[in-house]
Amino acid sequence: MNDSIFMRLRHAFGEPMVERDREGRPRVLPDSADGVAELCSLAHSNGWRVRVEGQASWMPADAPADIALATGGLSRIVQVAPADLVATVEAGVTLAGLQRELVSLGAWLALDPPGRPDRSIGSIVATGTAGPLRHGLGPVRDHILGGTIVTGDGRVIRAGGNVVKNVAGYDLTKLQVGGFGAFGVLTQLHVRLRALPALRATLVARGDRDLLTHQARALMEKQLAASALELFSPALAAESEWVLALELTGTVEGVESEVARAMESAETPWTRLAPEPAAALWHATARGALAGPVTFRLGVFPDGQDEMIDLLEDHLDTGLVSAGPGQGMLRWSGDAPVDALREVRHRTAEREIPLTLERAPWPLRSALGHFGAYREGVGRLVSKLRSTFDPDPTFAVALEGGPDE
Amino acid sequence: MGARWVRHRKAELRTFEGDGLPTHAATPRLVVLPGTRDEVIAVVRALHAAGCPWVARGAGTGLSGGALASEDSVLLVLTRLNRILQLDPVRRRAVVEPGVVNARLSEAVLPFGLFYAPDPSSQSACTLGGNVAENAGGPHCLKYGVTTNHVVELEVLLPDGSLARLGSPQGEAWGPDLTGLFVGSEGMFGIALQITLRLTPLPQAIRTLLADFGTVRAASEAVGAIIAAGIVPAALEMMDQECIRAVEASIYAAGYPVDAGAVLLVELDGQPDAVAAESGQVEALLTRAGARGTRSASTPLERARLWQGRKKAFGAMGRIAPDLVVQDAVVPRSALPDVLEQITGIGRKYGLTVSNVFHAGDGNLHPNISFDHRDRDLAERVHRASREIMAVCVAAGGSITGEHGVGSDKLEYMSLIFDADTLAAMCDLRRVFDPEERANPRKVVPVHYCREWR
Repeated sequence: MNDSIFMRLRHAFGEPMVERDREGRPRVLPDSADGVAELCSLAHSNGWRVRVEGQASWMPADAPADIALATGGLSRIVQVAPADLVATVEAGVTLAGLQRELVSLGAWLALDPPGRPDRSIGSIVATGTAGPLRHGLGPVRDHILGGTIVTGDGRVIRAGGNVVKNVAGYDLTKLQVGGFGAFGVLTQLHVRLRALPALRATLVARGDRDLLTHQARALMEKQLAASALELFSPALAAESEWVLALELTGTVEGVESEVARAMESAETPWTRLAPEPAAALWHATARGALAGPVTFRLGVFPDGQDEMIDLLEDHLDTGLVSAGPGQGMLRWSGDAPVDALREVRHRTAEREIPLTLERAPWPLRSALGHFGAYREGVGRLVSKLRSTFDPDPTFAVALEGGPDE
Repeated sequence: MGARWVRHRKAELRTFEGDGLPTHAATPRLVVLPGTRDEVIAVVRALHAAGCPWVARGAGTGLSGGALASEDSVLLVLTRLNRILQLDPVRRRAVVEPGVVNARLSEAVLPFGLFYAPDPSSQSACTLGGNVAENAGGPHCLKYGVTTNHVVELEVLLPDGSLARLGSPQGEAWGPDLTGLFVGSEGMFGIALQITLRLTPLPQAIRTLLADFGTVRAASEAVGAIIAAGIVPAALEMMDQECIRAVEASIYAAGYPVDAGAVLLVELDGQPDAVAAESGQVEALLTRAGARGTRSASTPLERARLWQGRKKAFGAMGRIAPDLVVQDAVVPRSALPDVLEQITGIGRKYGLTVSNVFHAGDGNLHPNISFDHRDRDLAERVHRASREIMAVCVAAGGSITGEHGVGSDKLEYMSLIFDADTLAAMCDLRRVFDPEERANPRKVVPVHYCREWR
């Protein structure tokens, strides 16, 4: 079957745009939303399953499918407006590539997701994976103003806009942020930028987990204006102790005055890192998530984090933990069998804490689903959304898990 | 519910025929004012069984005709559901019913050193349920974000009478971001029965600066310079000369310079040291951009005086004419000076008084047109001018609404910014929540886009 699909795709898209992946499956690299729409429409009408691939550096490109749709052909930075602090980029643009371009224009996109810096913007948005900067600068959804979405049956939706405030029509973009590609494939995004801060300062404290959690709470009570406040497990920080890391960004005066306040009466002393070691720490902890094949996040309040870390220790291992002691959220990476993960999800659900599977090999994804169980009335809405935006599913995505996905 | 809470006489219904938009009115078939969550559920289930369309509203302060119910629809007024159900100062969360007035929540959490950040100008009257429906903004949303950034969980009643719990108190979506979809859906997806909101610590220091400029262009350039310097003020507001004069001639006079082409209000908040440092920087930027003078206020009394004119500007315009259309559009910040000039030109062309008072920091314009709705010709000119203003903003790369919503007023402009497939997708999305299209019918997306064969 692969061969006949391959030939038909080559006929439709031309040779350069269609290749074979390692398993001989046709892989198409459209270079426009219309191309993606044509592919989805063709796949939908033929009943072919499609898996969407970015750089394949976060989600493994292993979902069973007839065709791979790679966003690598959608790699243009369409427009950057530094004065308006907005940009339009195609979904296959890498975060690192975009940041390089933005720096030269005095701007940045305040996202620092787990994984490698070459993750595509589409992957970051579809998985809703925010890093430590979510503490002060917001989750992924806060940075996305709109974009172009192609539905499973090949309709093109241009949602939102390219301005920083906008309530025209329903917010279709929100469905895509953290939707894991189940409601369409993103081809282009409008993003909100920030002015490049004049100064970034990173402070770290090392020690006992309880003491560091306490220290983080003290900073929250002081209302320290931090951009990031994150607690890393020893394995993730590649150190012998837990590490609390604090990042301040802004004007020189603003940052320096906050650094001074943070330093005041700290029980565990802070060390201020020079710019290079600071960047190395944030990069290493982001990449560290990849040391295990599975990553999930828990939506937990700061005061529930200790209990959750203990629970993970009991059922999995301490592993690679990154937690937000200021605003909440906990991310675990490592290796674990499906039963253990299922048990953890069950335990967290009992405590009304959602577990979102951010990354795992297909057998785990399909068994567990990215979301697992939903709350009252939500499952029905999700399945209606799925059939609206990806009727007779074209996209190989396991939202809920189970044998059918 | 008892006869007292069901209004059906003509005179009673007339009380509910408008919202804050003076150009549109509609008389509902019936008005019901449920007093409890269970009553709302019972009413919606009864309406569902009867196949009757309905419109839910709060205080009716909206500015887009979004809360109007026409003869075929029942109006559900939710202002009696006004309890703050739960306050958790440690986790900084509040659970409220939809009829709680915005400002009342901030008052209630003040003793804990917290506030609720989104502050629409109508905050002393508007309800949080209405804020959720409209994704309401306000001056301080530049730094703190709009309603959607503060809603973490919703218990919603869908139009078929079933319930759904969206989001989580922690803020993690727990599935796709249905909370994000629901906020700003203008009452067409259902009713938020319980709303869990994020609360924000009160800043320890606040400083407000007033800068006076010879021209709107110079003031706009100052806005760009502040943002480019990486400073995020809590608020960054502009008033043009027309507006300044209206304010200064009214009882709300705030001492603004009446010969200024425009004034900027810049508010900085945070830690005392950081605020002091940033105010120095902002003052220098304002001067460099050509400010003729700056005034600074840090005591609550002085600050209140500087803000008074801004907050009461709409009231002050009552002196000019009996009616006021508060328009709402967004443009890229860099397009502000050109767009404002074009808006002035449009006003002149139609012989209308247009004044501007708006959220300059995020390019959210509010051109205000004063008129008398009894004058048919004048009302028609207001409509035509509004349409041209929208076209100018869209041509500059902007949007037709930044915080007031589409409602009935902006239906005709939706096709200026969205293509037919996108509008059809919006209709599809609406049908996920409301397959029978009974909640707030005929708003937001022009009906023919929903019927279109693809």
